[in-house]
Amino acid sequence: MSATGIGASVRRKEDHRFITGAGRYTDDINRPDQAHAYFLRSPHAHATINRIDATKAMAMPGVLAVLTGADLEADKIGGLICGWMIHSKDGSPMKAGPHPALAQGKVRYVGDHVAVIVADTYAQARDAAEAVVVDYTVLPAVVDTATATKSKTVIHDVAPDNTVYNWHLGNKDETEAAFKAAAHVVKLDLVNNRLAPNPMEPRAALGVYDKGEDHYTLYTTSQNPHVARLVLSAFIGIAPENKLRVIAPDVGGGFGSKIFIYAEETVCVWAAKKVGRPVKWNSDRTEAFLSDAHGRDHVTHAELALDANGKMLGLRAHTIANLGAYLSTFSSSVPTYLYAPLLSGQYNIPAIYAEVDAVYTTTAPVDAYRGAGRPEATFVVERLVEKAARQIGMDPARFRQINYITKFPHQTPVIMCYDAGNYNASMKKALEIADYKGFPKRRREAERRGKLRGIGFSSYIEACGIAPSAAVGSLGAGVGLWESAEVRVNPVGTVEILTGSHSHGQGHETTFAQLVSDRLGVPLEAVSIVHGDTDKVQMGMGTYGSRSGAVGMSAISKALDKVIAKGKKVAAYVLEASEKDIDFKDGKFSVKGTDKTLDFGSCALQAYIAHKFNGQDLEPGLKEGAFYDPTNFTFPAGVHIAEVEIDPDTGVTTVVNWTAVDDFGVIINPMIVEGQVHGGIAQGIGQALLEGVIYNKDGQLVTASYMDYTMPRADDLPSFKVGMTTTACPSNPLGIKGCGEAGAIAAPPALINAITDAVGHEDVAMPATPKVVWRAAQKAVSKMAAE
Amino acid sequence: MAAVSMTVNGKAVTADVEPRTLLVQFIRENLKLTGTHVGCDTSQCGACVVHVDGKAMKSCTLLAVQCNGASIVTIEGLAGADGTLHPMQAAFREHHGLQCGFCTPGMIMSAVDIVNRKGSDLDEHTIREELEGNICRCTGYHNIVRAVETGAKAMAGSAPVRQAAE
Ligand code: FES
Ligand code: FES
Repeated sequence: MSATGIGASVRRKEDHRFITGAGRYTDDINRPDQAHAYFLRSPHAHATINRIDATKAMAMPGVLAVLTGADLEADKIGGLICGWMIHSKDGSPMKAGPHPALAQGKVRYVGDHVAVIVADTYAQARDAAEAVVVDYTVLPAVVDTATATKSKTVIHDVAPDNTVYNWHLGNKDETEAAFKAAAHVVKLDLVNNRLAPNPMEPRAALGVYDKGEDHYTLYTTSQNPHVARLVLSAFIGIAPENKLRVIAPDVGGGFGSKIFIYAEETVCVWAAKKVGRPVKWNSDRTEAFLSDAHGRDHVTHAELALDANGKMLGLRAHTIANLGAYLSTFSSSVPTYLYAPLLSGQYNIPAIYAEVDAVYTTTAPVDAYRGAGRPEATFVVERLVEKAARQIGMDPARFRQINYITKFPHQTPVIMCYDAGNYNASMKKALEIADYKGFPKRRREAERRGKLRGIGFSSYIEACGIAPSAAVGSLGAGVGLWESAEVRVNPVGTVEILTGSHSHGQGHETTFAQLVSDRLGVPLEAVSIVHGDTDKVQMGMGTYGSRSGAVGMSAISKALDKVIAKGKKVAAYVLEASEKDIDFKDGKFSVKGTDKTLDFGSCALQAYIAHKFNGQDLEPGLKEGAFYDPTNFTFPAGVHIAEVEIDPDTGVTTVVNWTAVDDFGVIINPMIVEGQVHGGIAQGIGQALLEGVIYNKDGQLVTASYMDYTMPRADDLPSFKVGMTTTACPSNPLGIKGCGEAGAIAAPPALINAITDAVGHEDVAMPATPKVVWRAAQKAVSKMAAE
Repeated sequence: MAAVSMTVNGKAVTADVEPRTLLVQFIRENLKLTGTHVGCDTSQCGACVVHVDGKAMKSCTLLAVQCNGASIVTIEGLAGADGTLHPMQAAFREHHGLQCGFCTPGMIMSAVDIVNRKGSDLDEHTIREELEGNICRCTGYHNIVRAVETGAKAMAGSAPVRQAAE
């Protein structure tokens, strides 16, 4: 391994600009003469709009325009779309209600977009918004996930009972038979709490229209600018793709919430032409809470069937998933294909059946948030498994081990074919790092101090790098999930990599360069990564679902293969040898059995000057592109062990130890991978202990600021012990599985399993705030007193 | 309009601003120093932390006019004039204390202030408590804590941050 190649913890190339304040995020970009947008949002969860009167607002200083849904309609601007078609059990397509970027006739959640005010300054736009008179007829709110379909209130005419779809997966009859034959049945009711993603950079957009060229540019906080361009062009109808450039510059975190194509960027780029000036919008934090797509929000009943020896026979789950007021870009796929296929976990479960009812409510749209469906599945499986072990009196680690899948490939009853893994290896290593053997002693010691100590496991699996395109297409995806790359070798041997992946914290400028440096033998500094601009990179699918390593880097690898193949042809001419005798290693072309060599940079120069070969026989230049479509999902997996201490007097839970052992396949940069694990765990602990979006019964968002929504802070978290095991992924050329979501998937059940272990019963909801835990701990306290 | 003058990163600046202009707006919009970020509306996240007369302050919570005559240092003013990174900046890079980088300027400015107030021998507990006013969504704080520990030592001159290979 070289100091900068694959497997080295190279310090990040991008950091210099971030630590010196030279990062360039969307809100840092300004155009001369730009105007500012402020969105007037609905104060009601549900209402019809009878009239919007902007006369007074239009007369206010600096105001350029007040635009509404009627203006969008007049300009034939289409609504926002959901790009994944789900069919109900009865074969009918999901019920997708209209989703205009500015309300047309009705608002459906607090924060819904009623009008946009464009003015010279942001303050003027905001002031003018207060002068817009909107006459509403307020309708009842529908807030509760579990009872949304029972409400008499209709949110979308196409879905009279507020049902988006009733979907299912697996084999119902076989599963029922498994439960009939079971010696033990374990049952749980679970709520997967609703979360606000909260990347620290709020969303922003800057729309620019060039009249001379009849061309639009949109700067936006996006994880996938090419998908944004596709949707804005082909579906919303802003402009044809060749007339719309989308740039996602430095992006301050996404966690899924910046995948989606939202009303605000649509309106800014459209309004830029209408007012004849660039239009800028920057979300404040309350707007982010109101209008960024939320995550999770499932209500589930699940059961696990075991035989007399504790072997799993079957699993069934019924889930109600809240998709909010409108179907966001990929929302329909999250509680279906990103959820139920993971219900086999790491276990050999012969029969599985899952039913999912997706519902509309008068709340913000719900879509993918770090893990997207997989955390929800893992929470169901790992809570059930922990309870099962307790119910049959078996050690939870042992119970998992006797049920682990040990032979690969393994076809589960729910679509997935796991290609590689060694779950026992991760468990063993985790038990060691966590000093599981020493736990009873630590528990007794804690008891002496009046504290309740608990330990909890999570053997998670996730499916990353969703692919191949034909397979996801057959499941309803509206897009292909390949990735593109172009390798441009300059005449002096420096390299530009154009990628369709997008980095918003993942460190692609470093890891991608490591791959290139490793393969071409050029120094890291000679490699630049170009991404996030549809004018520079032709097409790409962006970054989410831990796909950039497995899919994005595989595309680069494929393009590098082509560059090396072409380089060999050039070298053969230069070295006057046969192409088949040319080797390439450590940045040098050489002729087998001779000492004749040509370094990579000289080869590049020769390719461009084309003096040594005939341009008709071999094309000059050294630039290759590739599209890579994987053969399968990847299946990262691992074991997390949480250890907590609860103060029964206050209900405060302290996370005292955290062990994570993950198998991510081949790792390019361990430092960055560990960082991803840390961040994921923090978000998972946030979900389990602190975070929760709350709407009151009128549909008002109660948690709309950092005063009300508890973000994990440094003093809420421990340091993490992170270990790795490795089985290479056979489904892509680099053996990478992906690591971005693991922590967020693994952490919530591990933590709740630890808390329920400490208090001695299963009745602990997320977030396990001091109030929840104090109540739960009282039973344990009375038991302790009795002993 | 109100006249303000202050020193920012060693340079004297004067401007006429609307009285409601926040210090962070003045820094970002008037001075075009966009390294200082805004992550919330409730003075909670710390993305906007700058030094005002040597003390860490949330620039979203001060009016520009309140800082009349003050000396301000932003993230852009932390490195040496020759570009040499401040030891805390170097430590964040060395320990991978940042991912998306959005919280980072505020984190670094707060971290320097912690060392100024608490000295360079900081234990993990102190660092975590002192970072309470800075939210990071990416890193889980693990590596930020390592960075602050190391940066603090380096500020005292006892252990320079290793210049990593790039
Ligand atoms: S922007 Fe100042 S604390 Fe959040
Ligand atoms: S590095 Fe992204 S918020 Fe801290």
